[in-house]
Amino acid sequence: MDVLYFAWVRERIGVPRETVDTDAVTVMDMVEELRAREDRYAAAFADISALRVAVDQQLADFDAPLSGVREVAFFPPMTGG
Amino acid sequence: MRAVVQQDPFDFGAEAARFAADRRVSGAIVTFTGVVRDVAGTLEAMEIEHYPGMTETALTAMAEEAVTRWSLEDALVIHRHGRLAPGEMIMMVATAAPHRKDAFEAAEFLMDYLKSRAPFWKREVTSEGAGWVAAKETDEDALKRW
Repeated sequence: MDVLYFAWVRERIGVPRETVDTDAVTVMDMVEELRAREDRYAAAFADISALRVAVDQQLADFDAPLSGVREVAFFPPMTGG
Repeated sequence: MRAVVQQDPFDFGAEAARFAADRRVSGAIVTFTGVVRDVAGTLEAMEIEHYPGMTETALTAMAEEAVTRWSLEDALVIHRHGRLAPGEMIMMVATAAPHRKDAFEAAEFLMDYLKSRAPFWKREVTSEGAGWVAAKETDEDALKRW
């Protein structure tokens, strides 16, 4: 699965995107997997209330299922306009 | 209906004139332009990151919803990304409707949604350092009226 990071999430993790091999059922399961990997992930995902997630380029919740999903993106609340 | 994300500057006058040209059923055209402002006098640049692919989809969906909800004849959204200097135009929206109330409301709806639901992230580069702009709770609250 392609996992993308934007803004300070990208800076904390150190890459804009990567391929993640995962059996995670939901977004939150994947967050737990990533947190357990390395400190930089634990730091980026320390407070998920400060994060937003998109699943296949649509805004989603952290309990969204990942079955059949190709792309997940994590980022802070958006500041457009 | 047009929704565009681009790095290059846009010509506000030309875009507004083109949008307003040849209208027949619209008695009201509203335009709004957002500009990079330098509140503290230290801003060197505003860097805008976005999510290619999702941004275009999100802008198009917002413009389509505005057209449907306010029965617009047309809507236009242009939003830039990349490095912008103070005073540069960041984005514009335009709406065309039979009556001004619908045109104004649809434009406000688009501006509120662009702030909090379009995947852009602003980073301010100042003479004292750089930092990501935090989202405001008031911007999130603004969505509730729609």
